[in-house]
Amino acid sequence: MTTAATDRKLTMQKAIAEGIFQEMDVDPSVFVMGEDVGVYGGIFGSTEGLLAKFGPDRIIDTPISETGFIGAAVGAAINGMRPIVELMFVDFFGVCMDQIYNNMAKIHYFSGGNIKVPVVLTTAVGGGYSDAGQHSQTLWGMFAHLPGMKVVVPSSAYDAKGLMISAIRDDNPVVYMFHKGALGLGWMVNNPRATEPVPEEPYEVPIGEARIAREGTDVTVVTIGLSVHKALDAAETLESQGVSAEVLDLRSLVPLDRQAVINSVKKTQRLVVVDEDYQSFGMTGEIITTAVEGAFEYLDAPPVRVATPDVPIPYSHGLEEWTLPSTERIVAAAAGVASS
Amino acid sequence: MEIPKEHLVDMYETMVKIRRFEERIREMYFADKLPAFDIAAGLIPGEMHLAAGQEPVAVGMRPHLQPGDAITATHRPHHVAIAQGVDLNKMAAEIFGRETGLGRGKGGHMHLFSVEPNFGCSGIIGEGMPVAVGAALAFRFKGTDNIALSYFGEGAANQGAFHESINLAALWKLPVVFVCEDNAYAISVPKAASTAIPDNSDRASAYGIPGVLVSENDPVAVYEVMGAAMDRARRGDGPSLIEIKTDRLWGHFEGDADAYRDDEFKEEMNQRDPLVVFGQRLADEGILSADEQTAIQEAQHAIVEEALEFALASPYPKPEAALDHVFA
Repeated sequence: MTTAATDRKLTMQKAIAEGIFQEMDVDPSVFVMGEDVGVYGGIFGSTEGLLAKFGPDRIIDTPISETGFIGAAVGAAINGMRPIVELMFVDFFGVCMDQIYNNMAKIHYFSGGNIKVPVVLTTAVGGGYSDAGQHSQTLWGMFAHLPGMKVVVPSSAYDAKGLMISAIRDDNPVVYMFHKGALGLGWMVNNPRATEPVPEEPYEVPIGEARIAREGTDVTVVTIGLSVHKALDAAETLESQGVSAEVLDLRSLVPLDRQAVINSVKKTQRLVVVDEDYQSFGMTGEIITTAVEGAFEYLDAPPVRVATPDVPIPYSHGLEEWTLPSTERIVAAAAGVASS
Repeated sequence: MEIPKEHLVDMYETMVKIRRFEERIREMYFADKLPAFDIAAGLIPGEMHLAAGQEPVAVGMRPHLQPGDAITATHRPHHVAIAQGVDLNKMAAEIFGRETGLGRGKGGHMHLFSVEPNFGCSGIIGEGMPVAVGAALAFRFKGTDNIALSYFGEGAANQGAFHESINLAALWKLPVVFVCEDNAYAISVPKAASTAIPDNSDRASAYGIPGVLVSENDPVAVYEVMGAAMDRARRGDGPSLIEIKTDRLWGHFEGDADAYRDDEFKEEMNQRDPLVVFGQRLADEGILSADEQTAIQEAQHAIVEEALEFALASPYPKPEAALDHVFA
């Protein structure tokens, strides 16, 4: 989709809220439910300004009853609404996962396609600010593993708005994950790329298409979420070392743009996968398998992964920093692959 | 309360249809699983939870239903689905795993979904309760006077979903009627061993809504109580919690040895078979003679046979159709 050029810059947080605002303005079936989505505007600002415009009937603060209100979103969606429902932190999935993966994700299939469940489940993911192991996970690999839900993870303001609008208009359940560190919140350290030009008019970014965030020729770095920015930072360092890194932002895990991975690997012939999620049984393994299945003969070196080791996210600053993928680890991995 | 004759007849007809359907499913379930029981074998593979004996909880609400009302039911869903008027042919076809089934063979008997009438069920205890709340919320958004009925067993009343759903519905004053089918056993565990109070209807006071106990497995008693609760919801006065004492005449699932219920219990239970009791009452009160009941039975049995024939004549889905319908 083409959009008019704009100089107006937004943070990812404001872009998300704007996307919801614009869809609610034109579609009366869209409403928002969740904890602190009303007067607070969402703990991470995803619903900022919506209550004042749409009122408490459409911006509904809920009790702390995730099973109840996520299940209610499923029921409302079956009956003609397009609910946006917020799970404050993805880590809280444990109290409501039955409604998400046994119900929301399966009803369309069980009904043989007769019943659509257009829910957008928004949720905050990611660490890097010492919130410890129950508020810092990404867990997108787990959601992507379970059939029946699209899984979207924007890394930029432009994509955040366009993917939100696409998610709301999608007839399927979409899990929309926003990384706290990429939102541009005033109270959290931010990547300088957190603010970028965002068109004022509504637009869609298609779900399931990866984006080449930086072109390169020597090594492909595939990643998602906040790690896209770390990979772009790493690419600048690598360039000064004479290594040209291509950074591929997957933007969604379901559907997964496998062809984009294969195309880039065919071009650079080397692959690093960066994932803030746990290393084993997750995205890194899936991406490397995709490359091996689709571009085996092009690979000049074994792929390398930079992920969170299989430990709960620790609290203490040094422990956490060592655990999560860092720009330094990406530089080292990409330089190593490029020289092998 | 004076109940119109046509409602009494309708409830009896529907009870007969439900019972016959469950009996025939049971026969066909076991027919090709002998001599050694193999749960995966036969025309109807998998678990089968039948509702013989629980007909009153389903038919009592039927005369009060309006088009568009939503129902969420349980892993034991047939009686409620039939009472709401879910297409019996497609329902039977789904149970037999056929392409013509409600879900093209992807859901099976615990996952029956229908658009019109508005029906769904679930194999997870308590899972349908929040869904009913959401349906009611959608009705409010759309400005209709439709209501949602949430069926669940007494075992589900100890799930978090029970508390969360009723609190939400009461807080938002939504048009939901929560219907607890108390058949006294959660598989093998008797209610007294799982639940801190005798009657779940008393739990309504925790949410500030009416709670009503129907202590007899009687369609007329259910009719009266459900009528009042459904009217209340429909006129915008909020949810109710109804508990109905009922009987699961057979095991939890077919093949269940049912050794946890003693012979005396089962004997008493069979003595109060609600279909027999209701038929006798209708005869005694001169509403339906024995001959008229026989005619109803023949007509309803024929409808059931037609559904089974439709199912058996329907093709199986192509195996690779397993890949379809994950996404819209």
